[in-house]
Amino acid sequence: MKQIKGTLARRDFMIASAAAGSAILSGCFSSHNSGWETLTDADAATLKAVCDQIIPADDFPSASDAGVLTYIDRQLTRHYRRHRKAYAAGIEQANRISRERFGASLDSISSQQQLAVVTALESQNSAFFNLVRQHTLEGYYGSPRHGGNRDAVSWRMLGLDEPPLRGRAQYDLRKGSSS
Amino acid sequence: MKHVNAVVIGAGAAGGIVAKELAVAGLSVVLLERGPWYTASDCRKDDLRNQRTTMLGNAFGPDDDGNPRVSVDASGAAHIVLPSEGSYQNDAACVGGGTLSYGAQAWRYLPQDFRMRSTYGTPAGSSLEDWPISYDDLEPFYEKAEYEIGVSGDYSGTPFKGPRKHPLPMPPLAPNREFYILEPAAKRLGLHPFHLPMTRNSVPYNGRGPCMRCRWCCGFACEVDAKNGSQNTVIPTALASGNCELRTECMAKEILTDDRGRAIGVAYFDANGHLQQQPCDLVVVSACAIESARLLLNSKSRLFPNGIGNRYDMVGRNLQGHHYTGAVGFFDYDIYDDIGPGASIAITDYNHGTPGLCGGGMLANEFTRLPIHMIDRLPAGAPRWGLGHKQAMRAAYKRNIQVFGPTQQIPSANARVTLDPTVRDKWGLPVARISGNVHPHTFEIGEVQAQRAEAWLKEAGAISTIKLSGKASGVSAGQHQAGTCRMGNDPKASVVDPGCRIHDVDNVFVIDGSVHVNNGGFNPALTIMAIAYMASASLVRNWKGTGLKS
Repeated sequence: MKQIKGTLARRDFMIASAAAGSAILSGCFSSHNSGWETLTDADAATLKAVCDQIIPADDFPSASDAGVLTYIDRQLTRHYRRHRKAYAAGIEQANRISRERFGASLDSISSQQQLAVVTALESQNSAFFNLVRQHTLEGYYGSPRHGGNRDAVSWRMLGLDEPPLRGRAQYDLRKGSSS
Repeated sequence: MKHVNAVVIGAGAAGGIVAKELAVAGLSVVLLERGPWYTASDCRKDDLRNQRTTMLGNAFGPDDDGNPRVSVDASGAAHIVLPSEGSYQNDAACVGGGTLSYGAQAWRYLPQDFRMRSTYGTPAGSSLEDWPISYDDLEPFYEKAEYEIGVSGDYSGTPFKGPRKHPLPMPPLAPNREFYILEPAAKRLGLHPFHLPMTRNSVPYNGRGPCMRCRWCCGFACEVDAKNGSQNTVIPTALASGNCELRTECMAKEILTDDRGRAIGVAYFDANGHLQQQPCDLVVVSACAIESARLLLNSKSRLFPNGIGNRYDMVGRNLQGHHYTGAVGFFDYDIYDDIGPGASIAITDYNHGTPGLCGGGMLANEFTRLPIHMIDRLPAGAPRWGLGHKQAMRAAYKRNIQVFGPTQQIPSANARVTLDPTVRDKWGLPVARISGNVHPHTFEIGEVQAQRAEAWLKEAGAISTIKLSGKASGVSAGQHQAGTCRMGNDPKASVVDPGCRIHDVDNVFVIDGSVHVNNGGFNPALTIMAIAYMASASLVRNWKGTGLKS
């Protein structure tokens, strides 16, 4: 670490204390039965299947790989507390459709079968589907600070500089001869 | 509490100007603001929590906890709604009000906008009316707002504008790529495009630097303080005069009156929730159209059993904002250059003069789009979810131009603010109940405007377009809210006189968008500011040192 007159540079101090903070936090969570704030592990597995049909992986990560479940889980204890019941019912319904059609819970069937279940969920419970679609897209395309869009991956996918290069984004700085 | 000359309620576009004009003229002023004072360092660049995209709440107030309203839908059912929900019809709650985080378009209305009934008659079921003042009356105050608050832009490209004595004080920002594509296309269509006016520094002005062209503009506070609102112009001047005290996080409860029906002060809850009374000679209500109406309705007494200014059931009526319509054009090459604020070019050719339509509206290209803005603005036929949606986002994000505009809204007396009989806010005050709907002719105008936006984009080379028009149910108010305390000469058909004074109380004024008779086909902020300067000038003229001339 850089030292300025015998003290930690402010930036380094912030990093050091942030690391210490997260170590303490992860200690707390290990006593909990899962890493989620709201969801159970089973809920999360079902929701992951739904979200990853809404935004599947291609050259860029799927919804869950970009942290969308973290986004939804956190907001269900914060701004979206009012949607908890809808999520509980919607997740249960998704599994019910899955068991009726394929004899197993949503997280244990193939991606092709999951697509069929999520399509059925959209027509049977459009209110819940539209909610989870909206939240998935928010988590994927919104600000990384809320746990989704990890490492600003969707912004990079769309060709946006992150961090933004103000006033310079329109130039390709690699072009031209080197001197 | 020490007596002051004036209490101004609300430190937004109008309240900040009134406080400054009165304080500089020597009146002692208390400026009450329900929200806090954010600074440029609170710019809060959060794509999901700002004043434009509010999924996770409003960055600049009000908070979702403790500030409900009631919205009545088309079927007559009442719903409790939160400030971050669209049907709440929110504007900001902070020092600067909406001007801290607006997109900062700074439009003058056109001369015809002040003579709507004379120009078009009154469509059935509407309350379309002429203003009691003309464009010429307001012109000097438009100019004062443009120079004191600071406006950049260039009107020289269009003949469709009101007469003006001087050009804008600042040149426009350098064009972005959309400007270069849209300008020749508009000219080929015989239109008159120009650099739209904005309360934004394009060059150093008023001691602050120019816009740095970032992506987070409309809906956000400016990181470099180049966006001009009341919080960084007139309010600091008011405070520097030594005659104005700003009290933040103070919620007005009611205007207090004596047994002769004159206002004697304002009761408010301070930042600690304690009820205070501030005695004064005059009261100015500048709380934005919905909250100004609510405060008047909540100010009940023996002489004013239905609220101050509401003898003829006019307070809260004619609530209006803007029905926004337009189109997205998709191109086969990259256009998006990530240079803010994005909105750069406008036409006002269509504001008036279309046979069969009572007005029209300004059309302009959109502000810089955040990725979240695009999720439901993809080409026709793109899937709503799945791999197809993800790939459409990728293909379309940088290859589109959006042209939108505020449609001239035809006012309707049934679109209104009343007090809800049961729901209370965190201070125990009855909340605003919003009911009624947009006059249907507004949608007819909006549809034509959307077709015009499509035609402009196609001429510019769009390979496909989607039109965004439709008919929203319920009222339209939101950040452009206006009309609830209509200005007029007839005390039975309006709330305030042309000086913004309430007809039957000679020391209470409503000075904000509430007084607009109609809302023009433009963003209303500069008109709110001009009216604040005009009403302040008449107030100062009538001030005798101890009270108002009667």
